[in-house]
Amino acid sequence: MEVYLDNNATTKVDPKVLEEMLPFFCDIYGNPNSLHRFGAGTHPKMLEALDYLYEGIGAADEDDIVITANATEANNWVIKGAWTEYILNGDKNHIITSEVEHPAITATCKFLETQGVDVTYLKVNEEGVLDAKSVKDALREDTALVSIMWANNETGKLFPVKEIGLICKTAGVPFHSDATQAIGKVKVDVQANDVDMISFSAHKFHGPKGVGGLYIKKGVALPPYMHGGEQMGGRRAGTVDVASMVGMGKAMQMATNTMAIAYEQNHVGMLRDKLEKAILKLPDTVVIGGKENRTPNTTLISIRGVEGESMLWDLNQNGIGASTGSACASEDLEANPVMNAFGSDSELAHTGIRFSLSRFNTEEQINYAIEQIRNAVIRLRGISSSYAYTPRNHVSELEAN
Amino acid sequence: MAKNDLVSGSIWDEYSNIVTDRMNNPQHQGEIKEEEAEALNAELIVADFGAESCGDAVRLYWAVEKNTDKIVASKFKSFGCGTAIASSDIMTELCLGKTVDEAVKITNIDVEKAMRDRPDVPAVPPQKMHCSVMAYDVIKKAAGQYKGVDMESFETEFIVCECARVTLDTLKEVIKINKLSTLEQVTDYTKAGAFCKSCIKEGGHEIKDIYLMDILDDTLKEMEQDKLKEAADTTESGANDFAKMTIVQRIKAVDAVIESDIRPMLIMDGGDMEVVDIKENMPHYDLYIRYLGACSTCSTGSTGTLYAIESVLKQKVDENMRVLPI
Repeated sequence: MEVYLDNNATTKVDPKVLEEMLPFFCDIYGNPNSLHRFGAGTHPKMLEALDYLYEGIGAADEDDIVITANATEANNWVIKGAWTEYILNGDKNHIITSEVEHPAITATCKFLETQGVDVTYLKVNEEGVLDAKSVKDALREDTALVSIMWANNETGKLFPVKEIGLICKTAGVPFHSDATQAIGKVKVDVQANDVDMISFSAHKFHGPKGVGGLYIKKGVALPPYMHGGEQMGGRRAGTVDVASMVGMGKAMQMATNTMAIAYEQNHVGMLRDKLEKAILKLPDTVVIGGKENRTPNTTLISIRGVEGESMLWDLNQNGIGASTGSACASEDLEANPVMNAFGSDSELAHTGIRFSLSRFNTEEQINYAIEQIRNAVIRLRGISSSYAYTPRNHVSELEAN
Repeated sequence: MAKNDLVSGSIWDEYSNIVTDRMNNPQHQGEIKEEEAEALNAELIVADFGAESCGDAVRLYWAVEKNTDKIVASKFKSFGCGTAIASSDIMTELCLGKTVDEAVKITNIDVEKAMRDRPDVPAVPPQKMHCSVMAYDVIKKAAGQYKGVDMESFETEFIVCECARVTLDTLKEVIKINKLSTLEQVTDYTKAGAFCKSCIKEGGHEIKDIYLMDILDDTLKEMEQDKLKEAADTTESGANDFAKMTIVQRIKAVDAVIESDIRPMLIMDGGDMEVVDIKENMPHYDLYIRYLGACSTCSTGSTGTLYAIESVLKQKVDENMRVLPI
């Protein structure tokens, strides 16, 4: 059996989404900007997609949702846009973000630091979230932007977006939230939470890869990032990928309607809990960041004595795809920032395994996964020095470091 | 960057079949108990290296036959990724049947080579090369325990890049001879820093005592100084002057060279020296020195190190210089 439990990395395209997209390759292929019938033929479905997108995140008609290539582009745009709009002219010189953002935020901020911008990376607590008050405390006269994620990719933990939104609104500082990991998992309502901008990516909610979006509230100043055309009301140049936009719209509709969110909360959440409970029955296991306030599909679990990459290896051998933030599993041997936030030198950083489910997972799959996870833990703990026999006159040095 | 780098492959694709097999079915994982060692008329040695909190930990068990020093049983337990487990397994196998002295000569490079499917294709991707280093470290630890010495004593040179086993001396020499000026060149010429990259600069996977970046900087500075000195020396014609110097001037001249050229090298190994006296013993000048710190117990104090000190002084002070440690 094959079981895909890495839905925070990417998701399968829903066949209904694909169906919506297919006509836009060989049949309705005109350039939406052309005057003729071929171009205009694309408009109805593009408008429908916008309806779904606006409804999906609770945007007002006067606001903008600009189609981008991905959430990484949207995040780059927001950060660099704040720089060109507020900082380069000398008005402001400070950005507030958290230490556990996606690299599209963190690396862009690091780049701005090389250009002389001050960046505050707010620390997270032992649960992997930050206190809204820390945003308030970090605000300065010259703060140009606050960017804090909606939900964390590794732990699924939800950030206090509403409180931060209110703090920023009161202070008159634009607030951006990377909602990539939240859409389709919890209700994301931009108006109810006072956010000025959010980024998202279709492939995290069963849409295609290569398309995302940036919501920009009316009145928020953000200069274009891509120049070269009047598409998207002049906010982003480049011919719109019509098929992808239509696909993202459909995916948004299917992921964010009331029934979908309820299904995610109840059914996907139930499967996640079942999986999690079964793993927690094994001794020396713990949910990193705790179980409260998370997206219903995600669990990040530390399994003592089992290094993350070797766990992934054993699961992969048995048809299961999961993920680890462990440094050993990455191309550059760098642990991901979330793991570092929990202490890169702690056991957790090396033993954390992330399972992220989707509406396509079945109970049968979860039962199979539970069995395979147990087998892997037994095998790897059998090899592990953490559970090794210590002779009478040997003083173990393994835990001392 | 090039076509091959644009779609990054999975690091797992680069594991050899041997690595995959050993990860799936390690042959030597397990433990040796006191009774088992006793039954073999062997001493049980248990060595630990690494820690779970570092991402890699290994425990090596040896049963060493008492009168032959031969490793008659060898087992391991390992916390780590697939390559760490496979490396430990191969390392444990390589130890088997060897004497402790032979086993300690097994390096991480031997372990990696033993995991290759084909002699010319690496067994693991570059960033995983470091996993076999720990397999080597734990052997030294075990051997040290058996012999009652510190594991560092098996390393006669200062290794900067453990993955490729490149020493500090080699690095300095290669930088100087080839007049290298960038870190990329250093890696191209020596392979140091080509694998796990920890030794290049601070902030990598492992914390190191010294980084390639600093070594390059220091060596470049040394080269600059050498150049200046050379220029100064040619204008001064030092040898004639030394004969005419007063004893105080002579000590000053010798001290200056010690300070600039000799002492920094000694300090790097935890040692030092001081000048006791200079005596004329025509046609020689005999310089009596006393070794300090690690130099005072170092066996090369009467050989390699001594020759090095003498030849520097011959070059820079007077060709009739003789150095006599007391």
